[in-house]
Amino acid sequence: MLGLTIEQIAYLFRGAGWTIVLSVLGFVGGTLLGLPVALARASKNRLLRFLSGLLVQLVQGIPLPVIMFVVYFGISIAGFDVPALVAAGVAMTLYSGAYLGEIWKGCILAVPRTQWEAGECLALTKTQRFVFVILPQALRIAVPPTVGFLVQIVKNTSYSVVINFFDLTYSAKVINNATYKPFTVFTIAALIYFAICFPMSLLASRFDRRLHRS
Amino acid sequence: MDLTSPTLTSSALPSPAIPAADPHEGLRMTSSAAPLVRFKNVEKSFGALQVLKGITLDVAPGQVVALIGRSGSGKSTALRCVNGLETINGGELEVCGRKLHAGKVDLLELRKDVGIVFQSYNLFPHLTVEENITLAPRKVRRISKAEARDIAAEVLEEVGLSEKAQAYPEQLSGGQQQRVAIARSLAMRPKLILFDEVTSALDPELTGEVLKVIERLAREGMTMMLVTHEMAFARSVANTVVFMHQGRVWETGPGAMLANPVTDELRQFVGSGL
Repeated sequence: MLGLTIEQIAYLFRGAGWTIVLSVLGFVGGTLLGLPVALARASKNRLLRFLSGLLVQLVQGIPLPVIMFVVYFGISIAGFDVPALVAAGVAMTLYSGAYLGEIWKGCILAVPRTQWEAGECLALTKTQRFVFVILPQALRIAVPPTVGFLVQIVKNTSYSVVINFFDLTYSAKVINNATYKPFTVFTIAALIYFAICFPMSLLASRFDRRLHRS
Repeated sequence: MDLTSPTLTSSALPSPAIPAADPHEGLRMTSSAAPLVRFKNVEKSFGALQVLKGITLDVAPGQVVALIGRSGSGKSTALRCVNGLETINGGELEVCGRKLHAGKVDLLELRKDVGIVFQSYNLFPHLTVEENITLAPRKVRRISKAEARDIAAEVLEEVGLSEKAQAYPEQLSGGQQQRVAIARSLAMRPKLILFDEVTSALDPELTGEVLKVIERLAREGMTMMLVTHEMAFARSVANTVVFMHQGRVWETGPGAMLANPVTDELRQFVGSGL
């Protein structure tokens, strides 16, 4: 089929599977990191704001492949021999944590100040105000940009090819080296990436429309 | 200057001075009790701008006090000081037995006693009317869900919106939203409710339905301070009308004062409104 064997195409799909695994890792790790970053970025405490801002600026100011290298070789220097999956997972966590933190900070700040005040005047504690009044409203605002960012995560996992992580891009490279059919191989890879990302883009724009309607 | 200032009248304010013709007199059994709110030379500045220049004012339990005056006269600021949304810079302010000028006051405790209703309603858009009302009683007073729902039913009845318990704020008119905000405040069983221009965003018809609710609360003996531009309402419902001008209490008296202003400033203010 298309000049490729079934095994070769299956190999591409195995790579796609690892792309999804790394995306999920990046999103879960990014959520765990992004939540505290968002809270710190939106907080009144100057030190917290500064430290979280530093992390965000640092990650946003360094290309993702370079972060991958630094994490991969950094951990090796420290004496641990880690699989590329761990290094790529940590790098994706840093990357998506910083961006999600910044996105969610905006969502928290987008809830009108008067909502804080209303909660305050009902004698709710600061935590209660945040949990019961602000967070539910911020979450609603956060859904479209978060789903939109998932697409970025999936696409950017392809940078893990620089540390030889076996994902879709890497498997495509391998098959190309074996078959010398770069156009066919990379077109298939492109179609698989698109098939993963397009439904998410669709979902994001649907959420976006629903938000603006209400 | 201070000797001739009409602020002197306010210190002689204790509620019995109100004429006997006052319709609430019979209901206010507690009017001889200690004031719920006591301003004594209260000052408040925002940066270099002094908004309150020494306010003295008492609110006795069961009393309805209307603050009137031009925009920027400091009436909203004075109101916001009462529940600690603004902190005062000078003088003394005692609310429900708590000295707000004495530094460390537990504002959360204060706000269990003092409710406030805003011009912009500030309902929680993601919660139903009933959830809006039960949130604070459940989380702050820690009462059961069933008990909170009973309270919600009761206060919704009070504001005439029993059938809207399951609606979301966006499905209600402005007047209805404001009545829910009043019900939400009532559900905390406050000793005092503050109303900050609660009808300013409403058309005359909706204003009427909100004022009716406030009037009803007044008849039931709820202590209230309201900042309002509704002169006729202030005149008919308030026990005491306080005219503020340039950060001072310029003239106070019963509602009838509006018909016979003593100071030129109040005469001008009332005249411009007619």
